[in-house]
Amino acid sequence: MDLTLYVWRQSGPASAGRLEEYRAKDITSDMSFLEMLDVVNAELVRAGREPIAFDHDCREGICGMCSQVINGVPHGSREKTTVCQLHMRRFRDGDTIYIEPWRAKAFPVIKDLIVDRSSLDRIMQSGGYVSAHTGGVPDGNAILIPRDDAETAMDAAECIGCGACVAACPNGSAMLFAAAKVAHLAKLPQGRAEAARRVCVMTEAMLKEGFGNCGNHYECQAACPKGIKVKFIAQLNREYIKAHLKDGRDT
Amino acid sequence: MILDGKCPSGPIAGKWEKHRHEMKLVSPANKRKYRIIVVGTGLAGSSAAATLGELGYNVEAFCYQDSARRAHSIAAQGGINAARNYPNDGDSVYRLFHDTVKGGDFRSREANVYRLAEVSGNIIDQCVAQGVPFARDYAGYLDNRSFGGALVSRTFYARGQTGQQLLLGAYSALSRQARAGNVRLYPRTEMLDLVVIGGEAKGITVRDMVTGKIRCHAADAVCLCTGGYTNVFYLSTNAMGGNVTAAYRAYKRGAFFANPCYTQIHPTCIPATGDHQAKLTLMSESLRNDGRVWAPKIRGDRRPPQEIPEEERDYYLERKYPSFGNLAPRDISSRAAKEVCDDGHGVGPGGRGVYLDFAGAIERLGEDTIRQRYGNLFEMYERITDENAYKQPMRIYPAPHYAMGGLWVDYNLQSSIPGLFVLGEANFSDHGANRLGASALMQGLADGYFIIPCTIAHYLAQTRPDAVSAGHPEFVRSVEETETSIKRLLSINGRKTVNEFHRELGSIMWEHVGMTRSRESLENALRRIPELRAEFRENVRVPGREEDLNQELEKAGRVADFLEFAELLARDALYRDESCGSHFRVEHQTEDGEAVRDDANFCHVAAWQFRGADKEPELHTEPLAFENVRLAVRSYK
Ligand SMILES: Cc1cc2nc3c(=O)[nH]c(=O)nc-3n(C[C@H](O)[C@H](O)[C@H](O)COP(=O)(O)OP(=O)(O)OC[C@H]3O[C@@H](n4cnc5c(N)ncnc54)[C@H](O)[C@@H]3O)c2cc1C
Ligand code: SF4
Ligand code: FES
Repeated sequence: MDLTLYVWRQSGPASAGRLEEYRAKDITSDMSFLEMLDVVNAELVRAGREPIAFDHDCREGICGMCSQVINGVPHGSREKTTVCQLHMRRFRDGDTIYIEPWRAKAFPVIKDLIVDRSSLDRIMQSGGYVSAHTGGVPDGNAILIPRDDAETAMDAAECIGCGACVAACPNGSAMLFAAAKVAHLAKLPQGRAEAARRVCVMTEAMLKEGFGNCGNHYECQAACPKGIKVKFIAQLNREYIKAHLKDGRDT
Repeated sequence: MILDGKCPSGPIAGKWEKHRHEMKLVSPANKRKYRIIVVGTGLAGSSAAATLGELGYNVEAFCYQDSARRAHSIAAQGGINAARNYPNDGDSVYRLFHDTVKGGDFRSREANVYRLAEVSGNIIDQCVAQGVPFARDYAGYLDNRSFGGALVSRTFYARGQTGQQLLLGAYSALSRQARAGNVRLYPRTEMLDLVVIGGEAKGITVRDMVTGKIRCHAADAVCLCTGGYTNVFYLSTNAMGGNVTAAYRAYKRGAFFANPCYTQIHPTCIPATGDHQAKLTLMSESLRNDGRVWAPKIRGDRRPPQEIPEEERDYYLERKYPSFGNLAPRDISSRAAKEVCDDGHGVGPGGRGVYLDFAGAIERLGEDTIRQRYGNLFEMYERITDENAYKQPMRIYPAPHYAMGGLWVDYNLQSSIPGLFVLGEANFSDHGANRLGASALMQGLADGYFIIPCTIAHYLAQTRPDAVSAGHPEFVRSVEETETSIKRLLSINGRKTVNEFHRELGSIMWEHVGMTRSRESLENALRRIPELRAEFRENVRVPGREEDLNQELEKAGRVADFLEFAELLARDALYRDESCGSHFRVEHQTEDGEAVRDDANFCHVAAWQFRGADKEPELHTEPLAFENVRLAVRSYK
C-alpha cells in the first residue's frame, strides 16, 4: 500500500517545528508501524535528506521508549498497544497519517518525534521505591502475600513509563503514571511502611516538574498501552488523604 | 599465555565464603573518595550501581536509552532461577550448579557457577524486599515453574514480564541512590572508548547523544555492564540499540575477548515475514511447559494445522528426547527445528517454522488457566501475526538471542585490564557453551548485588583514589581519536545505508556462522566479512551532523564495530574444532546428529587479545578443570 504521512519535524528544542509531507510507498500489511518509518527513513537517507528522528529500542512493547501520537492518539488507535507493536494491517492503501511527538509542558521536544521524559525519572527518584538495602532482608516467603494482592500489585506494576497518559491528558498530568507506582507498592507489605511518605513526595514532585492536575478526564486510561486503570488514581487519592490525616495536616 | 581464573582453593562449597573473608575492604570513610563508573543500567548495571552507591562510593552510571529503566533486561519474559527447593522436588544449590555446568556443555568455570547457585536464593529475597510482585499461590507463597534443561521447578516469575519487574526493582534502588546523591545518572550517553593509564582502567570517553559532544569521565574503576552482542546477526531478539561497541573498544584497549563463538539461538521466536523485518520477537521458553512442538510428517504439507490428524504429526522433541521432551535445552531444540525445516517439514512462509501447540493444554487445564499463565504472550503473538494461538498453534522458529561469550574475567569479575570489571551478559563467565533458560537474570543480579561489591573493594583497597583527572593526556588522545573516527564516518558519503550493511553482515553470519558451522562455511565468512567491511568504509552514507542528535551516526558506529567483531567471532568458531553446546561444527557430530566435544584438545576458554587493526589477534587459553561435576557426554534422552 501507499500512504501519505505528515510528520512533525523540529531540528532542536529551541527551533520551531512543522508538519512535513512524505510518501510511504510499497508498504506491506505485516510491517510494523516503525518498520514502515524505517522504509521512509531509508529513502530519505538515500536522497541525502535527514531521516526522521524517533525513539525506540525493544520494539516489543515493553521498554517504553517509543512515543508517537498517531492521528491525534498517543500510540495510535489500537487499544493496549505501543507504537512499536502497531502493525500496518490496521491501515488502508491511500490513507493519510499524522505523526507527532508527545506534547506536554513537562516533555520538551528534543528533536522531531523525540521528547525529554527525564521528569518521569525524577518523580521516581523522589520516592518511587522501597528503601531496602542490599543484603540483610528476610526470606522471600517470610511474609506471605495473598495471591490477589500480588496480582493487583502486578496490574499496577506493569506500567512501562512511556508517558502516553501525560500526552493524552488535556492537563498534561502524570497522575496515572505516579498512581501506578504508588498503588503497586502500597498493595505489598514491603511497600506499606513508606506508603504515606511516598504518596506525598511523589505528588509534590509531579507538581514541581510542571505536570498538570488530574481533572478526571480518563483519557490516560484510554491511551495507556498496558491497560493501567484509573482506579489506581482513586487509590492514590485515598493514600494521599490517609497520609495527611495521619500527619494531622490539612489536605 | 595460560590465563589464571584466580579461583580460590579448597572445596567448592567453601570457596566464596573463604574468598570473601580473605579480600581486602575499603573503610567506610574512604569509600566516598573512590569514583566508580558503571556503563549500562540493565539488571547487572543497575544492581551494581545501586549497591555500590549504597555502600558510599561515588558512582556514575551510563546508558544509551533515555532512562535507566529501559535497558533490554526489561524484555526478559520467562523467569529467574534460584535453588530454593520451595516445591520440595529435590532441588539444591548443588543441583542448580550441576544443571548449569552440564547445560553449558562443560565449557564454564566450576567455581563461578557454584557461587552463582549459592547466591541465587538471596536474589529472590532481595527482589521481594524491593516490592517485585512475583507470582504467588493462593496461600501467599512464591510460585515456581519449570524451564528448559531442568527437571525441577526452580523458576520464579512475574507473569510474562519477569525481566521488567526485576529491572524496575533494581531501577528503584538506583533511583533511591540518585536521590541520595551517591549515583549520578547519564542517560542518552554512549560509551565509545575505554581509557587505560599505566595499564589500569581509569575512565571512559562518551558521546552525549543529544548534543553530540564527546567528553571524558575519569574514575578509579570501570564496570562494563553493556549486555550482549547478538545483534551481530542483524535480526535477533535483542533491542535495536544492542551493540558490541563498549566491549569491543575495551578489547581494542587490551581486554581479552573470550569464546565469542558461543552464541545462543533461541528455539521459540516468531518467524520473520520479509526483508523489512527489523528485529525478531521471542516467545518465552516457558511456553514449552504447556505447548507441544510438532511439524507435519508429510513434507510440504500445506493443510491448516487443525486439519492434520494426530498420526500425521511429528512431535519430534518428544520422540528424540523422551525424558526432557519439549523441555530439551535451547541449543538442542533449535537445531532440531532447523533440521525438520531443512528436511522440508517446515510450516508458514518459506517453510521456516514449526508448530507450538496448546490445544492439549487448553483441553486439560482450560483456556482460563492458559490465559493466566501466558496471556500477554498470546496477545503479543496476535498483534504481530494476526493469529489467535488459543485457536490454532503458534508458528515458531529459532532466532539469535544471547551471547555466552564476552570479555574474559577472572573469579573477581575483573578483565585482563586491572580496574576494568565486566558484569552480566557482557562477560563470558558462567554459562559455558550454552545458557539455560532463566539463568541470565540470575547471573546479572548476582554479579551486581552480591559479587562486585566485594571484589571491587579488594581492588580499590590497593589503589590510590583520584589518581588521574580527565585532563590527563591519555584522555585528550582518546577524545581526539573518537572525534576523528566520527568525522571519517560522516565524510564517506557513499551510496548504501548503514542498515543495508548491517543486514548483509547479518545474512553472512546467519548463513555461515549461525546454528551450524563448518570449516568451509567459516572460511567463507572470513573471506566475506573483510570485503564487506572494506566496502562499508568506502560506500556507507551517514547523513547529518556530528554535534547533533544523529541516530544514523549512532548506528554507523555500532555497525562499524560489528563488522570487525564478526571476524573475531568467526575466527573463534573456526579455531574451536569441536562441537559443544550452541557451537555446532558439522564435522563433529554423532550419527544421530548430537554434538561431539573434543575434551582432549578444547576443554579450555579461548581468549583473544587485540594485536592491531589488520593483524591477527593472539590466542590465550584458560584450562577448565572439572573436579565436582564429572566431564561426561551431555544427554537429554
Ligand atoms: C527477549 C528476551 C527475553 C529474555 N528472557 C529471559 C528470561 O526469561 N530469563 C533470563 O534469565 N534471561 C532472559 N533473557 C536474557 C537476559 O534478559 C539478558 O541476558 C540480561 O537481561 C542482560 O542483562 P545485562 O544487565 O547484562 O544487559 P542489558 O539489560 O542488555 O543492559 C545493557 C545496558 O548497557 C547499556 N549500554 C550498552 N551499550 C552501551 C554503550 N556503548 N554505552 C553506554 N551504555 C551502553 C544499555 O543502555 C543498557 O543499559 C532474555 C533476553 C531477551 C532479549
Ligand atoms: S500509566 Fe500507561 S501510559 Fe502512563 S506511563 Fe505507564 S504505561 Fe505509559
Ligand atoms: S520500542 Fe520498546 S516499547 Fe516500543
